Amino acid sequence: MAIQFTLNGKAQAVDVNPDMPLLWVLRDTLGMTGTKFGCGMALCGACTVHVDGEATRSCVTPISSISGKKITTIEGLSPDRGHPVQRAWIEVDVPQCGYCQSGQIMSASALLSKKAQPSDAEIDAAMKGNICRCGTYERIREAIHRAAQLHTAAAGGEQTGVREAAENQRDPEAAVVGGAA
Amino acid sequence: MSLTPVVNRRSFLKTGAAGATGLLIGFYLPGTAAGFAATPAAPEAMVSLNAWIHVGTDDTVTIFIDKSEMGQSILTGLAMIAAEELECDWKNVRTEFAPADKVYINPRFGVQGTGGSSGTPTSWGPLRNASASARMMLTQAAAKQWGVPTSQCRAENSTILHVPSLRRLNYGNVADAAGKLPVPQNVPLKEPKQFHTIGKPTKRLDTPQKVDGTAQYGIDSRLPGMLYAVVERCPVFGGKVASFDAGRAKAISGVKDVIQISTGIAVIADNTWTAMQGRKALDVKWDEGTNANVSSASIAKLLAERASQPGVIARQEGNAASQMETAAKKIEAVYEVPFLAHATMEPQNCTAHVRVDRCDVWAPTQAQTNAQSIAAKISGLEPKSVFIHTTFLGGGFGRRFEIDFVGEAVEVSKAMNAPVKVTWSREDDMQHDYYRTVSHARFTAGLNAEGWPMVWTNRIACPSILARFGPVKDNLDGRSVEGCDSVPYDIPNILVDYQMTDVGIPVGFWRSVGNSQNGFFLESFIDEVATAGNKDPYELRRRLLSKSPRHFAVLQTAAQNAGWGKPLPSGRFRGIAVVSAYSGYVAHVIEISVDRKDRTLKVHRVVCALDCGRIVNPSSIDAQARSSIIYVLTAALYGAITIDQGRVQQHNFNDYQMLRIHETPQMDVHVISSEEPPTGAGEFVVPPIAPALCNAIFAATGKRVRRLPVRPEDLA
Repeated sequence: MAIQFTLNGKAQAVDVNPDMPLLWVLRDTLGMTGTKFGCGMALCGACTVHVDGEATRSCVTPISSISGKKITTIEGLSPDRGHPVQRAWIEVDVPQCGYCQSGQIMSASALLSKKAQPSDAEIDAAMKGNICRCGTYERIREAIHRAAQLHTAAAGGEQTGVREAAENQRDPEAAVVGGAA
Repeated sequence: MSLTPVVNRRSFLKTGAAGATGLLIGFYLPGTAAGFAATPAAPEAMVSLNAWIHVGTDDTVTIFIDKSEMGQSILTGLAMIAAEELECDWKNVRTEFAPADKVYINPRFGVQGTGGSSGTPTSWGPLRNASASARMMLTQAAAKQWGVPTSQCRAENSTILHVPSLRRLNYGNVADAAGKLPVPQNVPLKEPKQFHTIGKPTKRLDTPQKVDGTAQYGIDSRLPGMLYAVVERCPVFGGKVASFDAGRAKAISGVKDVIQISTGIAVIADNTWTAMQGRKALDVKWDEGTNANVSSASIAKLLAERASQPGVIARQEGNAASQMETAAKKIEAVYEVPFLAHATMEPQNCTAHVRVDRCDVWAPTQAQTNAQSIAAKISGLEPKSVFIHTTFLGGGFGRRFEIDFVGEAVEVSKAMNAPVKVTWSREDDMQHDYYRTVSHARFTAGLNAEGWPMVWTNRIACPSILARFGPVKDNLDGRSVEGCDSVPYDIPNILVDYQMTDVGIPVGFWRSVGNSQNGFFLESFIDEVATAGNKDPYELRRRLLSKSPRHFAVLQTAAQNAGWGKPLPSGRFRGIAVVSAYSGYVAHVIEISVDRKDRTLKVHRVVCALDCGRIVNPSSIDAQARSSIIYVLTAALYGAITIDQGRVQQHNFNDYQMLRIHETPQMDVHVISSEEPPTGAGEFVVPPIAPALCNAIFAATGKRVRRLPVRPEDLA
């Protein structure tokens, strides 16, 4: 029985074991390898995606639990690295090995969607589930502040959260799938 | 999004050795999606001017990166070095990871590989020469086309300029002709004062791919018809499969097969998760072998026993034994460190495809030649038929100099007659590492009546990494004593000796190798010497390093920037340490506070001063310094792999903790400008972190931390 959800703004159906974590559906079944395997126990954050806008560890999220939900992965954050978080990450030159950065970016973008100008303490609280073994934490903090500025500037000073491009897309099929939850 | 499986690297059409000049390389697949748009797309064809420099007819310059990119930014650094001598426009630069080939052998190792901070220093000369040679070929080709003397032409900004007429030809216009010219030798290199790229803070070329999920790590490899495997290994090191029952595993839908391989039992399935489920259903009986009773306690006891007996001499100055008799004051101490896991963010993995006539390996490897050798051995093919496709590495730190994961993938692919990706779980990664070794260090020092050290003895007992690869000459593994054997302090009588001790647990190269523990030992005990002689730890180091100007400079810079000697806010304490490793010099001052009631500490600030010779990319040096600080604060505060019944007791990031963003201190990094030859920057900043931290704890509590990691009782 296929499980249906919205993936990066488009309807998606997969026919897999319902216990299979979203992470492995993304990586192995759908070939979307931007979301990373790090620990398998929600301890490192490398697998972070958005489920209905919430930062979620896909390694412990059974695919059955996301039926009808909206998933955004790093591939769907923007079509052109244009999301303020990605722009800030490039500007600050955050990544080193880069392996954790998809997860860092997804956690950061979820934070900014709720809190347009987070404090250092708010950044710590939102980001401490994401391990970076290269120790890029200072540049991550700097880039989140920068992303907040970029977004505010783009929004003409409007203090709303950062929304991702995929969520702005209206896909008729997605609405149908969404109703099946 | 495409459901079509894609090969993560195009099949490499071998250029052969350096003599591949003029070969037109074709058949490049276009870069996937938008991922590579930040750097130029692959050209349809490009001319190979040598093993590193390839010029496209569209003016792009493709630089083959023969070192592994594991975060240290070697990809960008090497591209900068090449672009400098090649005089090419930075926006035309793209990179490819080089295949395994003799031309790329790292002279430090005799094999192609990345480690030991050798990347920049070993590429610096050869890559500049190759780039200058390519620039000359392009210049000659343009001169020939114009019918003018080469001396009237010069390269600038991806063009050749004919100076008298101001005519220009783009590199792409002359690439083909250049490729047909003989390779010029001994082309003069640029003077450093002419550098426009080297030495300028430069953004990494790989950042765009790393912010949109398109960077391809080994674990992201996908091939048509690929199977997914996981391996159950004996939990006891050196143990073997006695028997196994795969019945329940094979009954799981999607499990394709269960086979015994040399490292354990491989479960092969149509996706990773199903393979993991199959593995859980295995019933394996192990022959646990000779290490089944090994524990951290038994290892500590063995090392202490060995350290009670003289070892092989690693360094001797003066006469320590006789001079100790005359010392006005003697002190002694024992230091110990545990095993540490590398814990790269990307768990170990490898994808292999063994066919009748060739074997392809996609691996996040630091060791291309060794990977090629093991794949050849297992596949039964000649090394020349084994193609190593190096991917991005999700961290390395020395772990990926090992080739255990490569052998597994090749073995399973051969058995399954299909492309196979072997993926390790985090638990596999933590429990089957080649660990930073345990080590036991004994010290004694003899002080004169004025409190200055006259005698220094240091014995180290620990396993040898090099012993894994063959007999070690005189039982003296330089990696085990490095740093301690080169104690830089001006002390007239020094004796350092070593007791090589096998403990049954595999040990390997971990960021800064022996320096990682020996820096802690040496720089903690010299602090004890200062205390015993009533000297300020900074002043004592300054005086004893006065003949070593590079040590002296970093020490002084760190101390001055940290305000050493000036009062700190109430409850704050400082520690200092200085080390030289891999031809780099670094000093740290760490500022902490300790809550003695809660037995916790907070690291507030790390002031780092470093000198690593000429700098290619200051932005990368800064990043590597901070990375090293976090990596070793993690180890000093949390890191311990412990053994019970021959098994590693840690599993995942819950019981092997990592420093996280909220624990990150303020870091001030000061780089001393130098025209010395460049050294690698990924490791040398590591060694003095733990001792600076523990020396700060001593300042706060009056207690010496002689065993890592720091424990709550150390803070009481």
